[in-house]
Amino acid sequence: MTRLTGGLIDRTRPLHFTFNGTGYKGFEGDTLASALLANGVRLMGRSFKYHRPRGVLAAGSEEPNALVSLRDGARAEPNTRATVAELYDGLSARSQNHVGPLHRDLLALNDLLSPFFAAGFYYKTFMWPKAFWEKLYEPAIRKAAGLGELSMLPDPDAYDRGFLQCDLLVIGGGAAGLVAALTAGRAGAQVVLADEDFRLGGRLLMESDLLDGAPASDWVESVRAELASLSNVRIMTRTTVFGVFDHGIYGAVERVADHLPVPGDKVRQTLWRITAKRAVLAAGATERHIPFADNDRPGILLAGALRAYANRWATLPVAKAGDAVAIFTNGDDGHRTARDLLAKGAKLLGVIDSRAGARALGDYRVFSGAQVTGSKGRLGLTQIEITEGGKVSWHEVGALGVAGGWNPNLHLASHHRGRPEWDASLLAFVPGQGGPQGLIPAGAAAGKGGTAQALADGARAAQAALAELALTAPQIALPEALDAPAAQEAFWHVPGKKRAWVDFQNDVTVKDIKLAHQENMRPVEHLKRWTTLGMATDQGKTSNVSALAVMAELTGNSIPETGTTIFRPPYTPVSLGVLGGGDSGPHFRPHRLTPTHGWAEAQGAEFVEVGPWMRAQYFPQKGETHWRQSVDREVLAVRAGVGLCDVTTLGKVDVQGADAREFLNRLYANMMGTLKVGMVRYGLMLREDGHAYDDGTCARLAEDHYVVTTTTANAGLVFQRMEFARQCLWPELDVQLISTTDAWAQIAVAGPKSRELLGRIVDDFDLSNEAFPFMACAPLTICGGLRARLFRISFSGELAYEIAVPARYGHALMERLMKQGADLGVTPYGTETLGVLRIEKGHAAGAELNGQTTAQMLGLGRMVSAKKDSIGAVMSRREGLAADRRRLVGLKSVTPQEQVAAGSHLFTEGAAQTMQTDQGWVTSSCWSPHLKSYIALAYLEDGDSRQGEIVIAANPLEGRELRAEVVSAHFVDPEGGRLRD
Amino acid sequence: MLIPHPLLGLRDAQEFTYLGDAALMNRPDPDAPGAEAAFCDYVFLRDNPAGVHRELWYHEQGDRSWLVVTRNTLTHEILGAELASDVKAGAAQ
Repeated sequence: MTRLTGGLIDRTRPLHFTFNGTGYKGFEGDTLASALLANGVRLMGRSFKYHRPRGVLAAGSEEPNALVSLRDGARAEPNTRATVAELYDGLSARSQNHVGPLHRDLLALNDLLSPFFAAGFYYKTFMWPKAFWEKLYEPAIRKAAGLGELSMLPDPDAYDRGFLQCDLLVIGGGAAGLVAALTAGRAGAQVVLADEDFRLGGRLLMESDLLDGAPASDWVESVRAELASLSNVRIMTRTTVFGVFDHGIYGAVERVADHLPVPGDKVRQTLWRITAKRAVLAAGATERHIPFADNDRPGILLAGALRAYANRWATLPVAKAGDAVAIFTNGDDGHRTARDLLAKGAKLLGVIDSRAGARALGDYRVFSGAQVTGSKGRLGLTQIEITEGGKVSWHEVGALGVAGGWNPNLHLASHHRGRPEWDASLLAFVPGQGGPQGLIPAGAAAGKGGTAQALADGARAAQAALAELALTAPQIALPEALDAPAAQEAFWHVPGKKRAWVDFQNDVTVKDIKLAHQENMRPVEHLKRWTTLGMATDQGKTSNVSALAVMAELTGNSIPETGTTIFRPPYTPVSLGVLGGGDSGPHFRPHRLTPTHGWAEAQGAEFVEVGPWMRAQYFPQKGETHWRQSVDREVLAVRAGVGLCDVTTLGKVDVQGADAREFLNRLYANMMGTLKVGMVRYGLMLREDGHAYDDGTCARLAEDHYVVTTTTANAGLVFQRMEFARQCLWPELDVQLISTTDAWAQIAVAGPKSRELLGRIVDDFDLSNEAFPFMACAPLTICGGLRARLFRISFSGELAYEIAVPARYGHALMERLMKQGADLGVTPYGTETLGVLRIEKGHAAGAELNGQTTAQMLGLGRMVSAKKDSIGAVMSRREGLAADRRRLVGLKSVTPQEQVAAGSHLFTEGAAQTMQTDQGWVTSSCWSPHLKSYIALAYLEDGDSRQGEIVIAANPLEGRELRAEVVSAHFVDPEGGRLRD
Repeated sequence: MLIPHPLLGLRDAQEFTYLGDAALMNRPDPDAPGAEAAFCDYVFLRDNPAGVHRELWYHEQGDRSWLVVTRNTLTHEILGAELASDVKAGAAQ
């Protein structure tokens, strides 16, 4: 154990956990990383490319190395950072990216082959032979590279979405954020305070600073208690604000239950969408390291992280208690760590300071003008090499802290084209011009990282935000604090021949940057892609600026001239599960159910998705073992007797107004203005580019009242287009629209006995052919007073009606019709039978109206009225469309039992089968129980004059072709007598 | 994004569907000479400015208004939103 005294852990609450199967003990308040370090475990994983042994580098969400798989089974989650994994009792974690045990990774061989894996090696190495890439190289590389593995099991947990509105969002609960939240909270503003940690305080928890003469955690607790007492303040810990979106919308993930063994009745995570009038970015700063030879061993950490582990978690990253610790720094901050470690009783080798003449802040040795130039220790640091004034010496140490300066966490400020600016005195980029409107950086995130500075800056930022919102901000009495000395020199990396890591997660070294420079990949965008620097899951939080500095040194330019680095959302990785927000499985796209769905289910119907709807596909009866048996029976029953089909899903739009007639006349390509009250007409809509768009019926119920129908799939789009025409093209027309698809249940009653069946349910309504002919429509009542609408229209080619009743009566109507028609052999049918009936009749549907077809192709060319303007009319006459010679035809298989597959292409018999000789294609096909043959609909060149010809339907996908006879598309009752009698 | 609906105030862009350039409201005269060429431009050609753009949004999950929204495509700043029917009626006067 390497526990020190103190810290913010609760020693009365021990927690047991396992890492790679070995049991350990930590305390409440620990992270997985701090608990492992306290148990002397420093080796936590293997690096991405070279499989080098790695331990923690950082103490926060910027961690590039200590990526582990948390939990087991379906809840196993790869690539979680041990530094932010909150310890709980029973936690189990495993290391990643090794073959064999972690301490004897077989792929460590890659490290010996490193000369071959230099920057850009993918681009250079695996070029030949070409076919090897897909079959050999890529699978091999994918297997060797990469980090954790997915469980491949469905995620058992629930996720949610939440929405918040506030005046001020404070991002980060450290010194600046707490003061900002308190200032705004006391002003009465609606405040949301979000922090990624499980405890408020930010860096204050990691430091030994006193506030008002007491430990900072006391002040943090007093502010937390006050904020918690304010009803206008919402504190959200374990919540990462990961991105800024337009108009003050912030995305945040709250890890609701990641600190629990299982979520229980909680959701695991919530995706918050926070709309904030103003925001304070108080996200703190991230320390950078100084690359030197072999600087990636477990035990080598950021000095600030070393300080954090000692102060907050009371541990040191040494192999065993009593091992010495050293600090390598280019500024005063390293000495601050040294002083804190001494105070914690650590054994200090000393501070290696790159500055000549550097002096100690306490009782420890200083190597001034010195550098760390090497390290030893196969699985963890044992020795460092110090070069001081040309003298090289090796020293035994258990841990090394590296302090290279601090980079403000300006990530969110660089969204929305915000350009960070170089601050030469801070040697860091700070938030610059542009960036999200209303986002005010404060504290260390704005380059004001001293404790007193940050407290004051938090107050300033909140006051600025409140002033813009016309709220009066009170002055907050800030606690007494000191700014630690922060002088530093620009010292970016230790020169040398050995590999010195810049980006730990992607294994990018100073040498790789030199190679990129040599190969002229100098702009920062090229550097990044050539070396993969900063492209790992940590987005280069600890590496980007150092890499820029190395490139600047190589080119002789300044750092800002070399480039800058900006960040995209998300700030830290966000799981896809929470982005889905619970909309997975059946919730991903909810189904719409027809009014007769429950009835059809009770009949044992099979269902099929049609657009957003679930429709009955067919109704299997006892003894039917194949869907074709059911469908053949249903088809024959309709043609011989009467069948029922729920057609509610067809879009219905109610059109009313003095100009409704004119409006519809402009909308439909065919003449609609002459439609009489009480009649229905087929209507074809074109797109403005002249192609066929959608078809349906238009019924005129009264002088100024129409009901139009659309196809099921296009219902929403056609309605949208109608609204576009009404509002954007012709607002002067007096016409009103409403979608009534859901208001009316509609049932098709089709077959020679349909009139007889309907006669049993209508109230005093004359259904005779004279009184209610083909294409008639009328409002009426049925079943003793229920209001209904009746349309004599037919998709099947039989005598047929569609009857509509208010949706809530749909189920009852279906039951009534089934009961009343029992002696007529009434048969419910589904979409499959609907399809067979319409193909037999030669009616177009979605497969024929696929967006590439014209009215002429459908055989409806003459319908497009030349006497009036309508949407698409002008463009339908253009040469290219008008000249299209393909026409809708029927095909009958020469061998009746062989199916003409939809999608087959048509060729003249004996002709070569090429693009140039292509004669058309098959759109729909089915078995016709009526004709006892496979039949199909197809578009065929000059199809209207080729009846009787045999063509070849080629299906090269299946390597099949067959001969088919060109026939009329109207396989059944071409004269239409059945419809009209 | 938030869209300032002239009747309903600030509404989330997720409630809307997007169509594109508001020039789609200027349907050519079908009877004018050269109508086919004018329609060809109308149907197929759009400006794609980097900057201020007037565009059509449909409040599909709201009141079904078509809006003409003036938006800076570089910054997503929204400079105004009007009812398309008002814009069309105004242009006709």
